[in-house]
Amino acid sequence: MSLTATDIARIANLARLELAPDEGTRTLDQINAFFDIVTQISQVDTTGVLPMAHPLDAMPTMPPIHLRLRPDVASEPNDREANQRSAPAVERGLFLVPKVIE
Amino acid sequence: MTELHHLGVAELAALLQSKQVSAVEVATRFLARSGGNPHHAFLDIDSEVTLAQARASDAKLAAGSAGPLEGVPIAHKDVFVTKDLVTTAGSRMLNGYRSPFDATVVARLRQVGMVTLGKLNCDEFAMGSANENSAFGPVTNPWNTAHVPGGSSGGSAAAVAARLTPAATGTDTGGSIRQPAAFCGITGIKPTYGRASRYGMVAFASSLDQAGPMARSAEDCALLLSAMCTPDLDRDSTSLDVAQEDFSAALGHSLQGLRVGVPAEFFGDGLAADVRRATEAALKQLQALGATLVPIGLPRTELSIPVYYIIAPAEASSNLSRFDGVKFGHRAAEFADLTDMYKKTRAEGFGQEVKRRIMTGAYVLSHGYYDAYYLQAQKIRRMIADDFQSAFASCDVIAGPVAPTTAWKLGDKADDPVASYLADIFTLPASLAGLPCMSLPVGLGEGGLPVGLQLIGNYLQEAKLLNVAHQFQLATGFHLQNPEYEHE
Repeated sequence: MSLTATDIARIANLARLELAPDEGTRTLDQINAFFDIVTQISQVDTTGVLPMAHPLDAMPTMPPIHLRLRPDVASEPNDREANQRSAPAVERGLFLVPKVIE
Repeated sequence: MTELHHLGVAELAALLQSKQVSAVEVATRFLARSGGNPHHAFLDIDSEVTLAQARASDAKLAAGSAGPLEGVPIAHKDVFVTKDLVTTAGSRMLNGYRSPFDATVVARLRQVGMVTLGKLNCDEFAMGSANENSAFGPVTNPWNTAHVPGGSSGGSAAAVAARLTPAATGTDTGGSIRQPAAFCGITGIKPTYGRASRYGMVAFASSLDQAGPMARSAEDCALLLSAMCTPDLDRDSTSLDVAQEDFSAALGHSLQGLRVGVPAEFFGDGLAADVRRATEAALKQLQALGATLVPIGLPRTELSIPVYYIIAPAEASSNLSRFDGVKFGHRAAEFADLTDMYKKTRAEGFGQEVKRRIMTGAYVLSHGYYDAYYLQAQKIRRMIADDFQSAFASCDVIAGPVAPTTAWKLGDKADDPVASYLADIFTLPASLAGLPCMSLPVGLGEGGLPVGLQLIGNYLQEAKLLNVAHQFQLATGFHLQNPEYEHE
């Protein structure tokens, strides 16, 4: 199976990445070289095997892991200034983005 | 007395506790060592921050309220966020980023008294095996500066090997602690997935990422790991609820009767002759210490490459969607609208390998391909984990090479990502299973480049691994070899 330039353009758009024209060609070649080694996984018979999303799910000695929730109480101080220190554009405590709705 | 920079964590801790040296003296010595940034190992150093921490340590030592590692220096891989130092994860995307908080691992090591020397270079978002994917330039191997230090924790490994720090943190997603430790002749351990908190580690692949220490010996790693591995149940949803363990307490057991599993698949044709020689000699040494070698099979070793390089990029494509130029990090200067801002920001902020993995991940998760790639990879992941459980029925630990070769030359695999992926073959299986595993130096190969031995244990068996490594290091001197790099 080989990807085409159209596939690369589609994926780049899904991933919100702008690719320069020469970058698209190089990426296509490299991703195709990778998928050459991926084809072997389709040969493996996985009938009846449960997908493993997580190592905790495979530990025989551990109880099954459930999503842990902490009590619904405020535990963090308001630290807006520090949290926004590295933001590209901030005004009066708000993150600025380009206009979305006319 | 041996010069301070040649001392390890345990030795420095003893000198500091008995007040034979001060934390400020130790910190000053190591800051001088990293002057001029040898090997380009560091991405951020702030001597004021370091010396302030050292002065605080000296005050605690004087007051009798010192932690067990009070005043011992450590440097952190740049994927751990730090309040007082810049965190970039090796990416232009986070150039100059200042975190509002410290990663849990960083905070724990501060709590036991360790003084931060700086932030260490790494592959961008920990994606790489040679440290050549850092947006801020590669790291060189202290044993031969024409060679790579390994990756992604390349700065950590090089800094420990070159005696710029007695200890460093690393992260391991598919081998990023073990392989650079092997390439630079140091000791490093990745604990069981969930042992060390991921809170404040810049995320790459969340079901694989795990923090661990890198130092000169198993004894030092045990001290560091004991401090790093504590439950963090409120801040990391995958943190294991197991009590903190004193890994140093279990180092004294004899290896008599230990069953060491040797997987045939780790000794195939692809293994370089010098690595094979050093690895087999190390196995003989374990036998001399009383261990029995047991042949085992890990039949899906080769499949771990496509499985890992589907799962890790899939998780990365999701994790790295947060870099959109809104809340932190880089934003493109010119754009037409919001979507264009995202695309240009990410095009400018991410390097080639990161973009490639994001795209691979987006593809294997996309409609029509999810079942054939992502789901199939997750099923084989379980088969790989099951293979380990079958193997552990007949052995206590598994031993084999860390990588097929010693450190390659800078640039050798830089334009061929697949060649680099293939070289991860021996570290990926344990990562996919989430097992604890480590690397320790077992001699030098061709050209005087270090060779590492990998030890893999069953879940939560870190103490056993460290015990085996420590007994090996008591009987041998490979971990004492250093590149004798003088740069003052």
